[in-house]
Amino acid sequence: MPAAIRPKLSVRNATKVYGTRSGDLLAIDRCSLDIMANEIVSIVGPSGCGKTTLLWSMSGLHRLTSGEVLLDGSVISGPSPEIGMVFQDANLLPWRNLDANIGFPFEIKGTKPDRVFIDELLNRVGLEGFGGRFPRELSGGMQQRAALVRALSFKPSVLLMDEPFGALDAFTREEMNRLVEEIWLDRPTTIVLITHSIEEAIFLSDRIVVMSPRPGRVANIHEVSFPRPRSPAIMATKEVFDLTNIIKAEIVGEQQSRYAKMPTAVQNQPAQ
Amino acid sequence: MSDSDTIPEFRRGSAAAGNVGITGGMSALASGPGIRSVGEVLAIVLVAIIVVGGTELLLTLFQVPQYVLPKPSEIAVALFTDFPLIAPHLGHTLVELFAGFGVGALVGLILAAVITQFPFVEKIITPYILLLVTTPMLALVPLLILRFGFGYEPRIIAVALASGPMVMINAATGFRRVDSGKIALARSYGASTLQIFWKIRAPMALPMIFVGLMVGSIFGLLTAVGAEMVGGGFGLGNRLTSYSSMIQMPQFFAVVLILSILGILIYVLFFLLGKKFASWEA
Repeated sequence: MPAAIRPKLSVRNATKVYGTRSGDLLAIDRCSLDIMANEIVSIVGPSGCGKTTLLWSMSGLHRLTSGEVLLDGSVISGPSPEIGMVFQDANLLPWRNLDANIGFPFEIKGTKPDRVFIDELLNRVGLEGFGGRFPRELSGGMQQRAALVRALSFKPSVLLMDEPFGALDAFTREEMNRLVEEIWLDRPTTIVLITHSIEEAIFLSDRIVVMSPRPGRVANIHEVSFPRPRSPAIMATKEVFDLTNIIKAEIVGEQQSRYAKMPTAVQNQPAQ
Repeated sequence: MSDSDTIPEFRRGSAAAGNVGITGGMSALASGPGIRSVGEVLAIVLVAIIVVGGTELLLTLFQVPQYVLPKPSEIAVALFTDFPLIAPHLGHTLVELFAGFGVGALVGLILAAVITQFPFVEKIITPYILLLVTTPMLALVPLLILRFGFGYEPRIIAVALASGPMVMINAATGFRRVDSGKIALARSYGASTLQIFWKIRAPMALPMIFVGLMVGSIFGLLTAVGAEMVGGGFGLGNRLTSYSSMIQMPQFFAVVLILSILGILIYVLFFLLGKKFASWEA
């Protein structure tokens, strides 16, 4: 397959079973997904549907029970230097100041940090001059921006983000979304992002993957073709509103069918 | 940056979000001394003068005999005049403390670091460690003296046995604090098990290690003095039994005072070390 149409990241029939005390738990079941280079893909779905399991499988942090994940056509069997991760809480090391936190990946890898590039990133996210600060001295948004710099500092070609801004307030979250878009427009990277916010997913993504719960499966994939940068005006259009509602119905609908025996006609009622 | 010192330390809790249940450790230390202003110093000195002076006054007023309780002034005089006699014994006690605590703490730390990596081994060993922690090691001193004589050996062994398990049990609590998020972070950069230990587990355990070292060293001092009281002709504990049998109460209390100062110095040392290397948690 020529490189141009070969997916950057390819998940093939990924299945993961966790052995727990109360028996085996099937977290994700035969998930398949192709992510092209420099694409932003969001994964949404009800909680407990295996989103994080799928993302961890892509990062090589744990093994699959069956199936495989390919990065640039070769199977991932462990953490790769091509992949950067951003976790739900900023996950900074509290005993290190900001500089030492950003230097952490390089310390582990035994390589020299590209100071010029890192300073440029710090400037971009507005953290210049904060290198000597400890995480507890920074706000939640600043911590998450530092975590973003840390993940980008070694120039990974894939960025995996696990609900990166879930712990932030709505305004900080929007600011972070704009920052990610800005950085991506400047320096395209393949991004896979788990989120609980459909608005965030639509704002950032080229495609949105909806997962169904227990076991986690890929239920639907939506193309998001609004032009970038996605201004507030674009985000306020009827098309965005409709897409939000369709995705919401897919996520919530799944849950209603599990708990209440509601006639499907009620769920699919057209908006008044 | 003009506003740099006005930024509040928000999200203090979030820094330790993954560390539920250990905040008691270092904060107990942090609530200790920390003098801020001249007024505070004055108040502290004033209270000290009232307490010491009041004791002196009351003992004089009620003509309390010296063998019941000597006056602070008499203790002070004894401390200065008899210090050359007491100093060598202080040296002996310090040798026992350093040697015993050094060995005990080192073994305790290594055991804690290794054992917590193997939960099964930990389960098997924990009852014995608990036994060592809860049994007063002084009880073994007569036996140790029978075997090793009246020299340093039984005391150093007793100090090591008393302080080591204390260090171990606290350090183990520290090493057991698994923050899976931080370990996943290190692993995502390809960290080895050894790197995860030195760069994640060890720093996370550090605050509890300092608590263990502090408690262990105080226990070591306690045991050293106790062992000296049981037998052998030297050491501060031996001075206590000797002075009290001769009803030399000012000298007796002078030794007690030296022991108190020693204890406080140990506390302050580990408090400062903890503040320097583990302040991120306090």
